[in-house]
Amino acid sequence: MGSHGPIIACFSGLASLLKFRLAATSNADGAKFPEGLKRELMPKHVAIIMDGNRRWAKNRGLPVQLGHKAGEEVMKRIAVKCSELGVKVLTVFAFSTENWVRPQEEVGFLMKLFEQVIQTDFNDFIRHDMQISIIGDKSRLPKSLQSLITTAEESSKSNKGMRLFIALNYSGRYDITQATKKIASKVRDGILSAQDIDEGTFDQHLETSKIDFPNPDLLIRTSGELRLSNFMLWQIAYTELLFVEKLFPEFNEGDLLEALRSFQRRQRRYGGTQVY
Amino acid sequence: MEKRKGNQPTQLLEGLCSFLRAYIFSVLSIGPMPRHIAFIMDGNRRYAKNRNLEDGTGHRVGYLALTNMLRYCYELNVKYVTIYAFSIDNFKRRPEEVQSTMNLMQEKIEGLIQKDSIVNKHGVRVYFIGNLKLLNNSVKISAERAMKATAHNSKAVLSICMAYTSTDEIMHAIEKSCKEKQDEFRILDMSGAGYGLIGLGGIGTDNGKSLINLKDVEEHMYMKVAPDPDIIIRTSGETRLSNFLLWQSSSSLLYSPRILWPEIGFWHLVRAILEFQRNFAYLKKKPKQSLVGLLVVNLLISGFVLVLCFLLYRCMHGSGLIFLVSLPLMW
Repeated sequence: MGSHGPIIACFSGLASLLKFRLAATSNADGAKFPEGLKRELMPKHVAIIMDGNRRWAKNRGLPVQLGHKAGEEVMKRIAVKCSELGVKVLTVFAFSTENWVRPQEEVGFLMKLFEQVIQTDFNDFIRHDMQISIIGDKSRLPKSLQSLITTAEESSKSNKGMRLFIALNYSGRYDITQATKKIASKVRDGILSAQDIDEGTFDQHLETSKIDFPNPDLLIRTSGELRLSNFMLWQIAYTELLFVEKLFPEFNEGDLLEALRSFQRRQRRYGGTQVY
Repeated sequence: MEKRKGNQPTQLLEGLCSFLRAYIFSVLSIGPMPRHIAFIMDGNRRYAKNRNLEDGTGHRVGYLALTNMLRYCYELNVKYVTIYAFSIDNFKRRPEEVQSTMNLMQEKIEGLIQKDSIVNKHGVRVYFIGNLKLLNNSVKISAERAMKATAHNSKAVLSICMAYTSTDEIMHAIEKSCKEKQDEFRILDMSGAGYGLIGLGGIGTDNGKSLINLKDVEEHMYMKVAPDPDIIIRTSGETRLSNFLLWQSSSSLLYSPRILWPEIGFWHLVRAILEFQRNFAYLKKKPKQSLVGLLVVNLLISGFVLVLCFLLYRCMHGSGLIFLVSLPLMW
């Protein structure tokens, strides 16, 4: 008995070490995923209307440019957090086709800010293995910005992580119209017949096509405005809409988690009876 | 809407409520008023389930709520009302439920054709919006008859979305526009003028520019009979559009009260309009209307109601308490 004692002690020691290691791993996993959120119920595609930068700046007596800068910092953090939580696609509404009417100074600043974001922040995104795409009518953007966009898209093309769509000079109606024009050209050229056009055909010609999850599961709009403001219109047919009172520069990771919890509590029926 | 056969006190109370509504509406009209309100009538089945009622009863009660809301909208001079009655997605439901809903809809559509129906009383022209080919023949025929019977009405418009989804509407509009252009090109090709047109159209950035534009597509939308909605109200607390008016909702206020559709009433409509007025300034790029202004409106309304209730109480020497209790119910 005595001679087995040390061996047994050894094995039990090893066993408890193993148990400890296993526990540590699952704790580490558990600690990684926030409380109250289920991994299997995470939305695959999240869209955000980043509203409220200007109001945030005005409330503090700051120039609007600083509001946009603050918003940019928040966007970076939210994008990284979404990537960590396993969101597959994130679309952010950075600049609408309707925003050109803003003061020229502000528009000029925004274009410069977008260039800066692509030159600096995008490296962070690429390090997180994100694939970056810019959607919208790029032809109206400054040439310098256009070439930066092309470079950024090219350099992240083979990344396997979260897909990040940045909507620049984009609107839902623009997207539907450009898809319509593409289809009309194909009909004219005899590639497509008018009778063959269906919703599936249409999906393939939108700017969010060719990805696994083109339609947002969740759309978050900050600043308390209860409207879509011509953001993705076709794609949000069944999207859960969440309106948050906070202005975008005040929106933090905690608010994102709360939004995701709220999403996970919702019952989605898609017009039928079964809850998904 | 069915006529109420009440006794005199009931009729008196109805008249009083009508007068109160008119007062509140005149106060609301100080601010900007919506031209077009759209309703997603969600929650009928949950209402029936919560009360252990038979399947289908929820929809019937929901119909009564609808007639009340229509009445309030027309009293408020809201010229366009759109309702999401039956989505193409709803065909996925159990066949018995689909059939029962279709039967109810046919019954109510036939009711609209009557001379004393709510639409004829308020001069409302009815349109049935959607892929009507998907409906069974009898419902389709009733819908066409109702559209014909109300075609001469011109005070307001009621758009009833049946066998509708927005993506289907957009597809239909694009298909029709493309087909029109296809026919045009065929004729031009046959006459030999096609090459010139293709040359004008270009291949690069001009591709499609001269072919189809926004106007072409909008002209073929089913909902071209109304302007874009100012407010979209969806009951039961769900905040999603469920493929309703996606194109048209671009600037609409999305209002989602928690109550189920059969529970919707006058005050929910008032709150939606107040919210619309508060946000109207956002669209016009002005500072948001101060909450003080809205508070004043609220106080005016509440003060008047309180004074009236107090006078009633005094007149009825305490038995007015019964009327006070019934007042909100009658509302």
